[in-house]
Amino acid sequence: MTSTLQAPPGEAGPPPTRPGPGRRALALARNTWRGLTSMRTALILLFLLAVAALPGALLPQRTPSPNAVDDYLTQHPTLGPFFDDLGLFDVFATPWFAAIYLLLFVSLIGCLVPRSFEHVRGLRAEPVSVPRNLARLPHHAQGSSDEDPDAVVDAARRRLRGWKVAVRSEPGGVRTLSAEKGALREVGNLVFHLSLVALLGGIAVGKLVGYEGQVIVMADGSEFCNSGIYAYDSFRPGLQVDGTGLDPFCLTVDDFRATFRPDGQPDSFDATVRYQDTDAVERGDGAWQQHDLAVNAPLRVDGERVYLLGHGYAPRFTVTFPNGEQRVGLIQWRPVDQATLLSEGATKIDPPGVTDESERRRSQLAITGLFAPTSSGGGLVTSVFPAPNDPEVAVDVLRGDLGLDSGRAQSIFSVDQGMVEQGRLVRVARENIKPGGEITLDDGTRIRFDGVENWVSLQVSHDPAQTAVLLAAIALLGGLTLSLTVRRRRFWVRASPTLPSTTDGRTLVVLGGLARTDRAGYGEEFGRLAADLVPPRDDTGDGERGRARPDPAVPEDELDELHDDEVPEGPAPDRKDDDGR
Amino acid sequence: MVVDAQLGQFGDLLFGSALAVYVLAMILHAVEHALLRRTGTEEESAARVPVAAGVTGAAARADEGLSAEGAVVAADLDEQDAREADAPARRPRSRAERFGRTGVSLTVLGFGLHLAMLVVRGLAAQRVPWGNMYEFTAAISLVAVGAWLVVLRRRPELRRLGAFVLLPVIVLMFLAGTVLYTQTAPVVPALRSYWLVVHVSAAVIASGILLLAGVASCLYLLRAAHESSGRFAWTSRLPSADVLDRVAYRATAIAFPIWTFAVITGAIWAEAAWGRYWGWDPKETTAFIAWIVYACYLHARSTAGWRGRRAAVINVVGFAVMVFNLFFVNLVVTGLHSYAGVG
Ligand code: HEM
Repeated sequence: MTSTLQAPPGEAGPPPTRPGPGRRALALARNTWRGLTSMRTALILLFLLAVAALPGALLPQRTPSPNAVDDYLTQHPTLGPFFDDLGLFDVFATPWFAAIYLLLFVSLIGCLVPRSFEHVRGLRAEPVSVPRNLARLPHHAQGSSDEDPDAVVDAARRRLRGWKVAVRSEPGGVRTLSAEKGALREVGNLVFHLSLVALLGGIAVGKLVGYEGQVIVMADGSEFCNSGIYAYDSFRPGLQVDGTGLDPFCLTVDDFRATFRPDGQPDSFDATVRYQDTDAVERGDGAWQQHDLAVNAPLRVDGERVYLLGHGYAPRFTVTFPNGEQRVGLIQWRPVDQATLLSEGATKIDPPGVTDESERRRSQLAITGLFAPTSSGGGLVTSVFPAPNDPEVAVDVLRGDLGLDSGRAQSIFSVDQGMVEQGRLVRVARENIKPGGEITLDDGTRIRFDGVENWVSLQVSHDPAQTAVLLAAIALLGGLTLSLTVRRRRFWVRASPTLPSTTDGRTLVVLGGLARTDRAGYGEEFGRLAADLVPPRDDTGDGERGRARPDPAVPEDELDELHDDEVPEGPAPDRKDDDGR
Repeated sequence: MVVDAQLGQFGDLLFGSALAVYVLAMILHAVEHALLRRTGTEEESAARVPVAAGVTGAAARADEGLSAEGAVVAADLDEQDAREADAPARRPRSRAERFGRTGVSLTVLGFGLHLAMLVVRGLAAQRVPWGNMYEFTAAISLVAVGAWLVVLRRRPELRRLGAFVLLPVIVLMFLAGTVLYTQTAPVVPALRSYWLVVHVSAAVIASGILLLAGVASCLYLLRAAHESSGRFAWTSRLPSADVLDRVAYRATAIAFPIWTFAVITGAIWAEAAWGRYWGWDPKETTAFIAWIVYACYLHARSTAGWRGRRAAVINVVGFAVMVFNLFFVNLVVTGLHSYAGVG
């Protein structure tokens, strides 16, 4: 039970002398393979896997939260880059993490294949013959019967329905019966481990051919089509995905509703969308179907799933230029406070009808600042509630060169501060306005805050292997449950004709039982079997008869864990479950 | 979604009462333990041979045949014990025993209050009562106590573990009632799904049972150290190391598939809510680590040289990961699983 158990033999290095380098190499290879597929190696690799995954829990990871990684890097200027070099912010994509699980799966397959063959052989083999001395087994009982040995064994066979049974004869008219049950445990174990391999395979396929894209769509009937990577705001392709040949479905977001509890906690979100699946798009007959997209209720079209991930506001501004022309600015602002949905952003507007480049660079407009769905009022606007009950914007209007064609990537949520610092973009107004309110600029340009639209952030995911992963997971769970609940146990009967001189019936019946797994509780079942097969007799004073008499010095459960090769004088022992592989 | 505030407050009251009753029960168990230290070897031998209790009664039931004697009885104790225990005792009960039994009764009472608290809380919020950390922790403790009562029913001789099982339960509940406390409220949309019920229930059940396993493995380590080197003399009144080892193993073997189920249903839910079945969110990562550690434990149990002490250490590590998952990941790390915002 404790560490006093001996290490299994056969895993040491190669024997001292071996002729020929070829055979030595072979032996080395064989020993390496044996070492790799041993239970101990599996254990150590599993342990390493847990340790290697640890930074993934302790440090922010790029995959789910890239911003958190950037924050961490700025907060830890020395340690951060060092961790980064080690790949600690991308643990699950590092070569060392892959090395561990690949080794583990090689070990697993190396261990499974021979084990499966062996199990199939074992299924066909007969139950092992009866050990000579049943009295030394952890469970045993003894009694007598008035029937002859054949009848006793037949009765036992009938009683042991569902067990795998073999009946044999021994010299002197002795009949024996060997029975086994619980082969499902091993089946479960193999199914479990095979499912692990299948699961990993499924995940790998998903990583190769799947993709994920995010896009923000205005909830005012705007349309999104899955026509290529360019349609997305961000796109994460699988290794084999080049962005061509996506299923070209389209959807429009007609409406979005959010409800909040009085304390500002979100209560429900849903968006009404219409979509055309790939067929409809290709037929071009304009058949749209409606769907209510909500958190936990994605839209599943063809091989794609569309999720509602988040939402926010887009203030709508109408700019009336001195010449009377109008431009509408409507772009998403991003929430800076998830609880109140106070948002920031920059609505950028090109003046109409300006063809001269330098003129254009002097007259571009940006409306930037904060949007409060439910304004606190007062000079310093902030938001007190996430629903658009009393919207207000606190904006700066900037005019000049937005730097949009400078070639530098620019956030859609802010203006290029470099332009502001160089004085090429100047503030021409600062005001808080409510819907319907207007700002008039020095040149007569009027900016009206019309109101607010909702936008939704959608994610499109594609993973053709995920059903296979789910099936593997279900098989895994089934196998695991079998392997942890089924008990493997053996039951033996030896029925010997008694000497004519004895008064005790005609047949001496000795029963023995052995559980081969870690779980106890065979005692009870054995007791019931024994009670049925050799019922205690009332007519004799011998209280011992027909009663199990285990060795009281050894706790039953401990003996349960003995394996067959520990059975005294037993037949050729099965291979031990533990080691030697 | 209406929230019945008064009912919610009643739930809080029940929570407080359950906690108080558990504390009392733990004290009684501790007194039992202390008294055992002083009384003589008679108690000790009873503690060491779990069968002893059964044997007393066995004589009276000899006519019931086979199972009435010796070690075979051990398995039968399950049903026997209750009847035996209530039969007029042949030997006057020792003071320690009276304390212990009262401790068990109080634990049952506390369990009832605790259960009522979760039911009331669920009624008040009109949803399953594990939508936030407070309720989640309360539910885990409930399962741990429930699992403990099941163990007690099957193996009454383990009673003297009572104080050690109740201690972490009390600590958890104390934290739940103070640091983690939240008013009765509906859950955010991302959490409103029947997968919440399935996934979180499984996680709660597995965690509660694993708590029991963790306690058994901790005590195993102390007890095994005592058996080999004589340190930790106070553990001599505990059940033997083998018994502790087996309790830990069985609890883990039951909880592991449930935990696996929790992880799988979590992935199914994540697929519906977040667009991917697995994304290495901190909570997912930690759940994975815990799963691997418990897989290590089960492997260790069947690897020569790793049974016993090393396996027990792995089991304790597994439980540490579970606790880390519950507290650190929920409170410190912000991932999708934070119970506050939308995903
Ligand atoms: C990929 C990672 C692995 C995981 C997560 C894993 C998990 C498990 C679990 C949970 C069990 C317990 C089920 C039981 O007791 O019947 C188990 C048992 C077992 N595993 Fe693995 N395993 C892994 C890899 C391996 C490898 C590489 C080997 C081969 C060396 C292996 C060989 C075994 C054997 C022989 C058992 C049965 C032990 C027994 O009969 O009690 N496993 N495994």
